[in-house]
Amino acid sequence: MGSPVFTYLLRLGDDNLILSQRLGELVSWMPELEEDIAVANLALDHLGQARNLFTYAGEVEGLGRDEDDLAMLRDEREYFNAVMCEQPNGDFGQTMARQLFVDAYQVPVYEALTGSSDETLAGIAAKAAKEARYHLRHSSTWVVRLGDGTAESHRRMQAGIEAMWPYIDDLFWVDGVDDEIREAGIAPDMTVVRDTFERTVARVLAEATLEAPNDPYQRTGGRTGFHTEHLGHILPEMQNLHRAHPGVSW
Amino acid sequence: MVSATGADLGRVRAAVAAVSDPEVPVLTIDDLGVLRSVEEADGRILVTITPTYSGCPAMQFIEDRIIEAVLDAGFEGEVRTVFSPAWTTDWMSDDGRRKLREYGIAPPNPVGSADETVLTIRAVVRCPRCDSADTKPVSEFGSTACKALYQCNDCHEPFDYFKEL
Repeated sequence: MGSPVFTYLLRLGDDNLILSQRLGELVSWMPELEEDIAVANLALDHLGQARNLFTYAGEVEGLGRDEDDLAMLRDEREYFNAVMCEQPNGDFGQTMARQLFVDAYQVPVYEALTGSSDETLAGIAAKAAKEARYHLRHSSTWVVRLGDGTAESHRRMQAGIEAMWPYIDDLFWVDGVDDEIREAGIAPDMTVVRDTFERTVARVLAEATLEAPNDPYQRTGGRTGFHTEHLGHILPEMQNLHRAHPGVSW
Repeated sequence: MVSATGADLGRVRAAVAAVSDPEVPVLTIDDLGVLRSVEEADGRILVTITPTYSGCPAMQFIEDRIIEAVLDAGFEGEVRTVFSPAWTTDWMSDDGRRKLREYGIAPPNPVGSADETVLTIRAVVRCPRCDSADTKPVSEFGSTACKALYQCNDCHEPFDYFKEL
């Protein structure tokens, strides 16, 4: 691993890249045309955030790697996204549960980073915070509509929440990397971020007549490159073209 | 090396400011507030822009058009992208808002006019065709990242709303 700042930028960027890839899989598969456009827009925002973070990570690293090198030429163990982001889309309920959790996490992270002592990161975050707030409005609206909808939509939305619940801790998992840059005023205190996340999720679940699962099992490891089985299947599809035709452009 | 005079710089700036947004061609990058500054150093033109959305696919196209516009004006230039301060629709010019409305797109409301927290009612979006305030959102996301889809309950016109950001 490189410097703490480099690693932290990859953690932020990889969340966005992998979630973007997952959302991209859904284009042309959504239940209605408007949602098809929505997932494409969400994927585009996350991809844009990933590009900005990778470009800056490459500058911080100083070895000449650009956004494409970082996105396309790393292997599974070198990815530091939270495992939530790589989970399969499942049905629409599961997709929206995953989106709600990631949005509710990203909003306070980006809002806090807007005040980062690292001015470049603060600028990227200020842009991304606006997008994340809009995403949260979209995902929370769907979770409420489905949860407080028919018996069938309620059952499936609850199932989606339960399927994604074990991956929440990984979003907030911290190690020495975080400690070092938090003390430097670069990254926020994740316990504060998590408080905001918990309040948002509790409010949405209550409005949606859904229940927070009480299964204590949590799967972590993504932040140090230990992923669930899914990431290993995402990467070849995402990286194949770039690796088969190095330097290609069109 | 040719040094740009004040008059040259004004001419270059006007050429750059006239570059239009490929996704909303009725607006220039100046109308949008994407163009932040045009400066000269040692005979080269430095154009600073800021993206509307992180993933806006039009930015590369806009950069290429800026370089062309600078070349056409007789100078070499480069484009620098800055993220801070983050772009806001509040930077859109009054002229830009008028052009948008005439084009059939509802211009953005002032930022902060709608409660941004979850699960709340949005601000009123007026129909660009009949000016009715009785409109409904059809989709939070529209044909481009910067727009949402609305419909007028009075004249029934479906229209794009340039989202406040």
